[in-house]
Amino acid sequence: MSNDLHRIRLTQLKKAFNQGQPNEFWAIRGIDLTIEPNSVTVLKGPSGSGKSTLLSMIGCLSRPTSGRILLGDKTISGLPERFMTDIRRNTFGFVFQQFNLIQGLTVLENVMLPAYPLGRNHSALKQTAVDLLHQFGIADKEASRVEWLSGGEKQRCAICRAMINDPEVLIADEPTANLDSRLSEEFLNMVDGLKAIGKTVLLTSHDPLVYQSPVVDRVVALQDGLLDS
Amino acid sequence: MNQLIQKQRYLIDFTLASLFRRPGKNLGLLLIYTLIVFMLASVMLFTHALRTEARIILQGSPEIIVQKMTAGRHDLIPADYLEKMGRIRGVVGKHGRLWGYFYDPAVKANYTLMVPRDRTLQGDEIVIGATIARTRGVGLGDYLSFRSFDGRPFSFKVAEVLDEASELVSADLVLLNEERYRDFFGIAEGYYTDLVLKVRNQNELRKIAEKLTLKLPDTRPILKEEILRTYDAVFNWRQGIVFVLLAGAVLAFIIFAWDKASGLSAEERREIGILKAIGWETSDVLRMKFWEGGIISFSAFMLGYLGAYAHVFLASAGLFEPVLKGWAVLYPEFHPLPVVDGLQVATLFFFTVFPYTVATIIPIWRTAITDPDQVMR
Repeated sequence: MSNDLHRIRLTQLKKAFNQGQPNEFWAIRGIDLTIEPNSVTVLKGPSGSGKSTLLSMIGCLSRPTSGRILLGDKTISGLPERFMTDIRRNTFGFVFQQFNLIQGLTVLENVMLPAYPLGRNHSALKQTAVDLLHQFGIADKEASRVEWLSGGEKQRCAICRAMINDPEVLIADEPTANLDSRLSEEFLNMVDGLKAIGKTVLLTSHDPLVYQSPVVDRVVALQDGLLDS
Repeated sequence: MNQLIQKQRYLIDFTLASLFRRPGKNLGLLLIYTLIVFMLASVMLFTHALRTEARIILQGSPEIIVQKMTAGRHDLIPADYLEKMGRIRGVVGKHGRLWGYFYDPAVKANYTLMVPRDRTLQGDEIVIGATIARTRGVGLGDYLSFRSFDGRPFSFKVAEVLDEASELVSADLVLLNEERYRDFFGIAEGYYTDLVLKVRNQNELRKIAEKLTLKLPDTRPILKEEILRTYDAVFNWRQGIVFVLLAGAVLAFIIFAWDKASGLSAEERREIGILKAIGWETSDVLRMKFWEGGIISFSAFMLGYLGAYAHVFLASAGLFEPVLKGWAVLYPEFHPLPVVDGLQVATLFFFTVFPYTVATIIPIWRTAITDPDQVMR
């Protein structure tokens, strides 16, 4: 039942940039897709195929120009900003291509950041963050500033931050783009671990190491803003 | 409720961490901001203290002063005017005063020479203000020589130096006996500089002044409240002059603060995008930035105001003394009574903290309402 609540369905999803202007550009041109809960899905395609745009719409970071996104049986694509934020905060966790950690803050502070607006008890929150750092093997870096971390450590920190509010869906945009093959393997192991605890993982990648991995349940190919059959 | 407080604590924690992440920018801003508040608050506190001091001192001064006018100018007043004005209901005392100014070329300063009523000085004895004693380097028993109106040298023996506590009004004061005064200035017996009247009921002052102008049409009565008003006007005018002088600095600060506050760097914009992408609402970002502006402006206000308090009341306002006190040459050592006016504090607070906080909020609001997917690109 709870699984059905986190099924993501896209119907005739379209996204245009600079609509109505001479430089109008349709990044997504009508996509129908269902992403099953507790699975690992990879959106693959060349640069400019619309992977990141699609990911940002699914993750409530932006709105489609037309079409609908449903989470379970709820339409989330047309919600007011406050509700979109609420869903983004509680349902999705993001790992960005450049990790987007806040410079000058420690690893622990970065990990706790998404939970600040919830006003959770500080010691409980800190404990959750420390547990996550243990789980992803960077507990010893807790007090280090993020700019001192290596690429792999930054990514782990970003994953911990994405998981701090215990979201059902982890979204990662080109997660291995800045990693060597050993660190990419490690990342896929972490994804496997997340799937094992019931999380849904949605990735974009054009790295064969990712979309050919046995961890991945489904690969969705995109080409020029459409599904590539 | 706890959740709300905890949330604000997290926001403040994050804000403080953010401030420390850009120490150069924020310390520079804090320093200049503090300096501006310090200067404005110093002028305000000092002028207010002077005004209060003047008011306290004038409390003991006569309610009405009567001056004789000749061709629209202040002239010596004959002693028989005391009889001529007769008995006016409400006046409980009246007497003539002898006072005047004397320019001392030795120190290029004006002294106020006066005949006291509450003490008798013998022969060549004088009582001088502490500033004169300091400037001329004389003490008890020393002699001071002045030239009279007709060029005769007069030697006076210093019998007492006035208390420093009254220095603001007694800095340039010389008290001497009546006979010497008249001789020194060439004022004949039967004339005074002006007359003073003591009135018991303050509400009768205007009526008494009216009667005086009818009985003695060639005189003008000056009421204590008019002197107070003049003092107020003078201090306000001086405060205004300093504010005009400071206006350039204030304007420069406004431009600087506006630029710092409103111009978000690319890094700050990116951070706001990240915060929104990881689940912060626009209002959370605004609150956080509100705290940031608030912490900077409030700290600057407190530091500046406390600094100004110390400057005015502990260091006797060394920076603005020459403009605000107004003595031409003899600067009294004046320690104003610490007085803080609530309305003044509120005004300064409103004009410093409020605009800065608003200036920081607007551009952040503009950035914060954009879609957070910018960080995906």
